[in-house]
Amino acid sequence: MRNIFLFIRRFSTAIFFVALQALAIWFLLTYNRFYRAKGLGVANEVTGWFNSRYNTAEDFFKMREENRKVHKMNDSLMNLLSVNFIKKDTSALLVTDSIPYDTLGHYRHYKWRNAQVTYSTVSSEKNYIQINKGSNDGIYDDMGVFNSDGSLVGKVINVSPNFSQVMSLLHVQNKTSVLVKKTRSGGTISWNGKDPLFLTLNSIPKSDSIVKGDTIITGNYILSVPPGMMVGTVAEIIPDNSTNFYVLKIRTAANFADLQQVFVVENLQYAEQESLLKETQKKVDDPKRTNR
Amino acid sequence: MSDFLRNTIRLAIFILLQVYVLNKIPALHQFIIPILYYLFILWLPFSISRATLLLTGFITGIILDFFMMTPGLHAAPCVLIAYLRPFIINILAPKDATGFSYREPSPKAMGWTPYLVYSFVLTLAHHGYLVLLEWLSFGNFFHFVIKVIASTGISMLLIITTELLFPRKLKFRTNTA
Repeated sequence: MRNIFLFIRRFSTAIFFVALQALAIWFLLTYNRFYRAKGLGVANEVTGWFNSRYNTAEDFFKMREENRKVHKMNDSLMNLLSVNFIKKDTSALLVTDSIPYDTLGHYRHYKWRNAQVTYSTVSSEKNYIQINKGSNDGIYDDMGVFNSDGSLVGKVINVSPNFSQVMSLLHVQNKTSVLVKKTRSGGTISWNGKDPLFLTLNSIPKSDSIVKGDTIITGNYILSVPPGMMVGTVAEIIPDNSTNFYVLKIRTAANFADLQQVFVVENLQYAEQESLLKETQKKVDDPKRTNR
Repeated sequence: MSDFLRNTIRLAIFILLQVYVLNKIPALHQFIIPILYYLFILWLPFSISRATLLLTGFITGIILDFFMMTPGLHAAPCVLIAYLRPFIINILAPKDATGFSYREPSPKAMGWTPYLVYSFVLTLAHHGYLVLLEWLSFGNFFHFVIKVIASTGISMLLIITTELLFPRKLKFRTNTA
């Protein structure tokens, strides 16, 4: 017994070192598995405060460019207003009761909210973006995030009351389902952790005719993101003779080094779609239930 | 100014510099990441106890991690260099004298060559471990080696620049202090 105490006293520094190492590694592993860490919610509020201070200073320098983008987007939206159109009615007796789209918003599927980016990186293998809207503003996990010009940026993975963390497309664990706009064939886009300008798209069959500059849009199979939004353009077609699929290098439409104003998109039917998906899986996987 | 206050201010400056200046610099190349914040650990006083040193290293790393949203990734290398630091200092300490007569490691206190050896070994340990943790899930060995060498080079450049631009006014350690 005495020897054990002597041993602990003699190697106390080494034991303390190993303990701290284990704690750090444990933080790292649990965070990567669940995208969460102990105490990150609290720390998020603190770092968020610093980031928003920094952001006010940064805004000052980037306001002009950002204003130009917002104005461009607003401009295109203004053109959609029904005020711009005249309904030509040749027969005076005909009363039109139906309008081509739902103006009252009862059947809305996606809801857009704006938010400001408080912190973002592109230099790491796992890049995250922090935005200044949190659970108090109705943000929750898995919502899609778009740049001010409407191109895909990432998805929300963690929220605190006033801030949330977004997993950027530039994250090695990110997998997003996309479509080639011209041929409508789908694939999964990912990032190889190297160049923040380019993403990789596999599994587009070689029977499709793809050329440089083809548009890549978001696919129909992600619940959290409206289909048909811009993701990027084909920058390079890498020949891969061993398979029947293209390896495409995609230039992102959003400039990740210069994110300021973003939109967070909520799928209002997310809960219903998600539970239907889960129940279906349960029904198929559980043989008792199927036989009944 | 007490040691505690001085080092707290220093920690705040190093973390803010790393998060808001060095991480914001447009990437020169995919292998080059400027990292400087761990110079805080290199600058801690000689007299600090080993347990305190380890704890300080952990806290430094975890604060940066909370800003970078990668808990544990920087804390682990910081604890490693905090553990290695006393060994390196012991090797480099002058044999004839009783030890260093200045309060904390600096080119003036140790001489340029021993100081550069000291910072180079710890930089290499820090970056080697950091990049290893970052690349464990994927990547190949060649990239790993190149990235460690490139990051170490740029960090050493930053350390030398810092030492030349901001020479610290170091008080001579006396028995009364």
